[in-house]
Amino acid sequence: MPKATNADDSDAPDGVQIDLISGERMAGMATMEKIRMILDGVHDGNIVILEEGLTPDEESRLIEVTMAEISPDEFNGIEIETYPKSETRDSSLLGRIMGGDETEAKLTVIGPANQIETLHKDETLISALVSRN
Amino acid sequence: MGLFTELKDSISRATDRLFSEQEPKRIGIYGPPNAGKTTLANRIARDWTGDAVGAESHVPHETRRARRKENVEIERDGKTVTIDIVDTPGVTTKVDYEEFTDEMDEEDAIRRSREATEGVAEAMHWLREDVDGVIYVLDSAEDPITQVNTMLIGIVESRDLPVLIFANKTDLDDSSVKRIEDAFPQHKTVPLSAKEGDNMDEVYDNIAEYFG
Repeated sequence: MPKATNADDSDAPDGVQIDLISGERMAGMATMEKIRMILDGVHDGNIVILEEGLTPDEESRLIEVTMAEISPDEFNGIEIETYPKSETRDSSLLGRIMGGDETEAKLTVIGPANQIETLHKDETLISALVSRN
Repeated sequence: MGLFTELKDSISRATDRLFSEQEPKRIGIYGPPNAGKTTLANRIARDWTGDAVGAESHVPHETRRARRKENVEIERDGKTVTIDIVDTPGVTTKVDYEEFTDEMDEEDAIRRSREATEGVAEAMHWLREDVDGVIYVLDSAEDPITQVNTMLIGIVESRDLPVLIFANKTDLDDSSVKRIEDAFPQHKTVPLSAKEGDNMDEVYDNIAEYFG
């Protein structure tokens, strides 16, 4: 599988790299492979956009691994945004049989905490300000 | 998830609950930093055991280790509900030691931030492995629709844990309980001021009902 290139070479243009990662690319990856890919990108100063986001369990592990990698003056952690759920999830047995619990895919934006700031978020819009380091 | 897997899981959970009836349920107090989790834990512990759980502070990340207060016996309507309270560090996705340098010197700020990151990881581990129910504490004077709140409530829901949302700090002028109810309509929201001890009867009624 080809890797996203990094724009941190000395002759690279002065800008912010954005990696848009498809659900298809994430589908075959183990949890730690996904987390490593996200955090490697964020450590490089990239904004990572996941077409289908992470499962709740993967999100909890992402928080845990992020905390382990925070280092004073080097890495302050991540900013992460997804849309909030707009309506109550159907948690009845019938709803689960019909697959109501499985449609959790949600676009997710992740970036270095010191470079991305959420300006506005509601059920249908995420507005963020991205700055160069 | 298929029907049979779902049924098997439901039966397994019911069996687990049946055989663990004698063990007090471990109720995790979760939420973002500075929501008043330790103030609440201390209020509950003092009301029913006479002891406190931990130190409270206006500086974020005062609680940097999960702390358990065992065998808290809450009496409601002639019945006694026994729970363990687990006060957890506030969950966040970022920690910057410079946030603390107004309150302490740089060395202490760096130590505090390092301990805070360990505490967040510890809180996540407890949530995945070791709690039977969750009290999610929010500062009702703040916007509840944040990524940390959305993610944590999602994680709790995915684990099928019973959850109560506590809209804390109702003594503040900017408090809005409705804003929290609207943000998480799928869960019961209980207003309170842990600091002032306001509405604690309803708090204990709900703890007994949800976790008893």
